[in-house]
Amino acid sequence: MGTHSKNFFKTTILALSIMGLVACSSSGDEEMASTATRDTSAEDAASAAARAAAEREAAAREAQARIEQAALNTTVFYFDFDVSEFMAADRDVLAIHGRNLARNSSSRIRLEGHADERGTREYNLALGERRANSVRDYLVVNGASLSQIETVSYGEERPAQQGQTEASYRLNRRVEIR
Amino acid sequence: MIKLRQVLLAGIVICQAFLCQMVLAAELVIEITQGVDNPIPIAVVPFSWEGVPPLTEDVAEIVGADLQQVGEFRPLGRGNMLSLPDEAAEVFFRDWRILAQDYLVVGKITHSAGSELIQVQYEFFDVNREQKIIGEVLTGTVDQLRDIAHEISNVVYEHVTGTRGAFDTELLYVSAQFVSPELTWYRIEKSDYDGQRSQILVESQEPLMSPTWSPDGRQIAYLSFETNLPRIYIQEIATGQRRQITDFPGINSSPVWSPDGTKMAMVLSKDGSPDVYVMDLNTNQLTRLTDHPRAETEPSWTADSRNVLFTSDRTGQPQIYQVSVTGGFAERLTFDCFYCAKGRFLPDGKNLVHVRRDTREDNSYSIAIFNIETQRVLTLTNTSLDESPSVAPNGSMIMFATTVNGRGILDAVSIDGRVKFRLPSAQGDVREPSWSPFFD
Repeated sequence: MGTHSKNFFKTTILALSIMGLVACSSSGDEEMASTATRDTSAEDAASAAARAAAEREAAAREAQARIEQAALNTTVFYFDFDVSEFMAADRDVLAIHGRNLARNSSSRIRLEGHADERGTREYNLALGERRANSVRDYLVVNGASLSQIETVSYGEERPAQQGQTEASYRLNRRVEIR
Repeated sequence: MIKLRQVLLAGIVICQAFLCQMVLAAELVIEITQGVDNPIPIAVVPFSWEGVPPLTEDVAEIVGADLQQVGEFRPLGRGNMLSLPDEAAEVFFRDWRILAQDYLVVGKITHSAGSELIQVQYEFFDVNREQKIIGEVLTGTVDQLRDIAHEISNVVYEHVTGTRGAFDTELLYVSAQFVSPELTWYRIEKSDYDGQRSQILVESQEPLMSPTWSPDGRQIAYLSFETNLPRIYIQEIATGQRRQITDFPGINSSPVWSPDGTKMAMVLSKDGSPDVYVMDLNTNQLTRLTDHPRAETEPSWTADSRNVLFTSDRTGQPQIYQVSVTGGFAERLTFDCFYCAKGRFLPDGKNLVHVRRDTREDNSYSIAIFNIETQRVLTLTNTSLDESPSVAPNGSMIMFATTVNGRGILDAVSIDGRVKFRLPSAQGDVREPSWSPFFD
């Protein structure tokens, strides 16, 4: 080969290399740019997801707090005639009361048990006490300690509503948390 | 939820003697609701009175009312009397036979010379035999006129029926006066058997329950929630002095003196569930009579103070049992009812008065008598929210509480169910009557 061919060859190689480099570098930039975009959007997506998750958690906590507050605001529990176990529907609410007492060991409550007026007065004292005890026992199962709970029965002596109808009687068969 | 604590001791002091009139008692007014078919006709002639001013009580009227209220007598109306004798010499038996009277009572009241006392001379005649049965002079103050009248009624009643009269006995009862949703006044009151002369013995803004007499008639015991917990108190009637005799955790209720006065039965739930205990009043020693995880309550005594009746729901619904005062096996007495409670023996020791609900379907609670020998049951009432039967000391009548038109009232019924009278209150509800013993 003549010098011209050698030079031409070198130049060509050089050019090609340079072109190659340029080509390479330009495609690398694009990749990096889209990765960066991907990274940026991935970053955005991830933090957006995290934010959304955090908001959902907060909302759930708020909802739970509202449920708990509503439960703690529920202080009267009703009973069927001649029955001393509390109603199944009240289980969750009472569990919240129990856990609340467990968390606040210096809290004290008084459970007052009542009966409707049918039957004899002294037997109704016993019935009111059984109802108060049934609530007490479930609070203890859920973490309250016995020393936090005083139970008293008023039998039929303190009706919530005077009257001889089933509607009145239903309101009188109760345990109150005070 | 601020509970007002009443100044009870001050109330006790106030409720003595004359000051009690300042505090309004329940004012029971008697109503006769049923009488026997063939009552005994008796004429009680108005007693003459020689003095001035007019007497505050009409003795003959009280005697007539007494005899009519227990239902076995029908006193003659004054408008029908043909003459008004006040002593034997003035009595023409024909005047009374014409009116078909079996018995006649006449009397005169005079001042005792040189004193504040009055003398009541009465004479009691069998009209058909034209014979004087008895004549007496009873002396007392003007305030005792009512008591003297009851004494005369007792004599007449015992002669005619053979049963000791109980016209001089008294009642305890609880009255509840609803003022507002935050305030009800609870009171324990004492009155004559006919509701007259009521006075307040205890007053509280917290519930009072189960008033009961000591056998000598001088003290009462009761359950009070004044400390916001149910506790038992004993109080002397004459002085108002009282003491708290229990302070156990849980229910402290249903105090009942033994007839011999030495012990108090009561219900305590301190050991897990209500059970019957007996406290020796001299030593304060406590004996446990029942030990069962269900409710044992409403004790009462047999006349010999050796056995205690009680209500237990150990089989599911309340039934009546009997156990020795030394404890041990409890014998079930009632079987034929869905709910049998608050059993008390009549003085004969055979007839058990109680509150009864016959079947699950039957929603009414009535007063009934169960003869434990013949096993026969007699339902005495036709009201359906009956409770708290209490027996007169002569065994002839039962006072109980019931609800009529939404009001709590006291009712009395004879043990054969033929006679009834009623004691509603002018204000509020009355309940839990306890008939006194004889005041010997």
